[in-house]
Amino acid sequence: MLSGNQIQALLEGVWMTVRVFALAGLLGTVLALLFGIMSLAENRLLRWISRIYVEVARGASAIVLLFYAAFAIPIILGMRSGRTFVFTAAVVALGVNMGGYGAEVVRTGIQSVPRGQTEAATALNLRFRDRLRHVTLPQALIVMLPPYGNLSIEVLKATALVSLVGLADLTAEAQNLRVQRAVSGSRAATSLAIFGTALVFYFVMAQLLAVFFRWLERRLAGDWYRGRS
Amino acid sequence: MATNEPDGRRDMVRLEKINLSFGENHVLKDLDLTVAPSEKVVIIGPSGSGKTTILRVIMTLNRPDSGCVIIDGRHLYHEERKGELVPAREKHVREVRTDISMVFQHFNLFPHLTALENLTLAPMKVLDLSKEEASDRGLELLRRVGLGDKADQYPGQLSGGQKQRVAIARALAMRPKVMLFDEPTSALDPELVGEVLAVIKDIALEGKTTMMLVTHEMGFAREAADRVLMFDSGRIIEEGTPGQVLKNPAHDRTRAFLRAVLSH
Amino acid sequence: MSAFAQVAFSWDWDYALRVLPDIARGLWQTILATLVGISIGMVLGLLLALLRRSRVRVIRWPTIAFIEFVRSTPLLVQLFFIFFVFPGFGLVLSPFVTLVVGLGIHYGTYTSESYRAGIENVERGQWEAATALNLSAATTWSRIVLPQAIPTVIPALGNYLVAMFKDAPLGFAVAAGGILLAAQSEASRSFRPIEPFTLMGVLFLAVSIPAAFFVRYLERRYGYERA
Repeated sequence: MLSGNQIQALLEGVWMTVRVFALAGLLGTVLALLFGIMSLAENRLLRWISRIYVEVARGASAIVLLFYAAFAIPIILGMRSGRTFVFTAAVVALGVNMGGYGAEVVRTGIQSVPRGQTEAATALNLRFRDRLRHVTLPQALIVMLPPYGNLSIEVLKATALVSLVGLADLTAEAQNLRVQRAVSGSRAATSLAIFGTALVFYFVMAQLLAVFFRWLERRLAGDWYRGRS
Repeated sequence: MATNEPDGRRDMVRLEKINLSFGENHVLKDLDLTVAPSEKVVIIGPSGSGKTTILRVIMTLNRPDSGCVIIDGRHLYHEERKGELVPAREKHVREVRTDISMVFQHFNLFPHLTALENLTLAPMKVLDLSKEEASDRGLELLRRVGLGDKADQYPGQLSGGQKQRVAIARALAMRPKVMLFDEPTSALDPELVGEVLAVIKDIALEGKTTMMLVTHEMGFAREAADRVLMFDSGRIIEEGTPGQVLKNPAHDRTRAFLRAVLSH
Repeated sequence: MSAFAQVAFSWDWDYALRVLPDIARGLWQTILATLVGISIGMVLGLLLALLRRSRVRVIRWPTIAFIEFVRSTPLLVQLFFIFFVFPGFGLVLSPFVTLVVGLGIHYGTYTSESYRAGIENVERGQWEAATALNLSAATTWSRIVLPQAIPTVIPALGNYLVAMFKDAPLGFAVAAGGILLAAQSEASRSFRPIEPFTLMGVLFLAVSIPAAFFVRYLERRYGYERA
């Protein structure tokens, strides 16, 4: 079993994981909304830009983006790579990757809103941004939530990759504990306990996310959704 | 821009040489059409004839390939810049579109908003009314269409006839000069058609609004229309008073169409 | 700002071309791992799907728990688990085997869900006809149900294949070869990370984007409907 100190170490890793996840999730959501809406623009150039972003952001796996951002970009930009830089690079890499998948979820959600709604909004002379905010997005949101919830869990899992570029997240702390144990040859906590506990922490976080999104769906749906003909 | 009639009266709606094709399908062919202020025009014709498309072109839901649409003396799809007629920017289209409203066959109410919220959204965002002003106007209109007590209900809780009446009230809330009705009763169960037609008739009798309706309800056309247009294959093939077109059609196709519609 | 060192970057084509074969070899290893991994995943997924349908609770519940647990936790940690914990139980796997087993188990849980949907989508009537014809359970499964259930899984497998390719470079973490390991080794050896990592990115995209297009084409062609 793990000692108090070891659990403490893992929890510090959890804190780093949560921070990376939250910021990457925020960036990813902004990018998803931006490029998701852009993919439905009337302007063909905007649609193309959005398409390229989605294909590249998804096609390059998170790990490739991470390594590139953490190790290649600093040299290209001529910067010295410090700890905050790696953190920022990791957040950006994961956020960009998430945005690619998220944009598709947003696009599908918006396209699921019946065309008649857009036409009614046009007939009422609503501006594009008012139509988006008051007619399209509220209805699209309900459709978007389940896949977005799944996506958020994928992003949580992807945060484990930041341990490979040097950030002290939960996975990195688990690795540390294993190395310490191997070096000291102590009888303390087995690898099973270390990685098993780490896996359980991830599992709990994932379940919390799942519960959160289910709650969000229920809350946003409201009376109108259930009564919908 | 010769939009004035020789005797000084200005058309409310004027379509000049409108052409529209969907792919290979030439739906509207060199269409000319005028509607006088406060006139009630009913458009009839077989499906696929293009009659719904006319309304959609006026409402800017479909852009014509060529031709002009002029609303109350102002070009809808064009604007004048430096003395020349050029394709209009979005801002101009919105300005002219303010005078036009539409009621859809499938209602298209916003399901996530209450009946009253459906009515107040556009007046607040487009006409800059305050929440109180918009609500007052909205409630008055709901009462007028007989649904004053349903203000806080969601569309999902209303019957088809009630939904369409809310949709009509929603269109009226914008105080349009021109109201377009695209087969407003076609999606309703037969016993609900009457309540909706009553509301539309009420608007017609009240006088001021210019109305264009696409409908199969010949009874309504006979009672409320000033003019009836028979549409087929993208053109107007006959027009006249309801008495002329519906009782004594000159065209064979009109006769055949009316026989088919009125026989069941 | 002192964070900005001298801009000392310039692309060295000679170096890039010299390094390209190693990166390409790494790419090939990654592709290989993906192919082996998906094979394991396909088989394991079917097994898990069948176990999940067991009427025996002692089998069904742990299976559901296992599937949910593996799906909700990072592949990387699972790789570490296999690599460092299994030996304690007498199972020492080489890096490559660790990678493909990890991929196989992780994606096995995904494919099991697809199999489950496919099996459940086989109409009730088929089962009833089999009963009426007095077919044994084994025959019913092997000749009636599975032949109808498995084809529906194939389009989803295309997606999993592409997704697994994006995860396979993680073999780096257990020194199992692959494109990332090749790029990283080269970068740390020469202290010039730009060329290896850029080549890695380009080659990677050159495989994953066309693969994604191909899978989408197959989906359209075979009329795949998402549940």
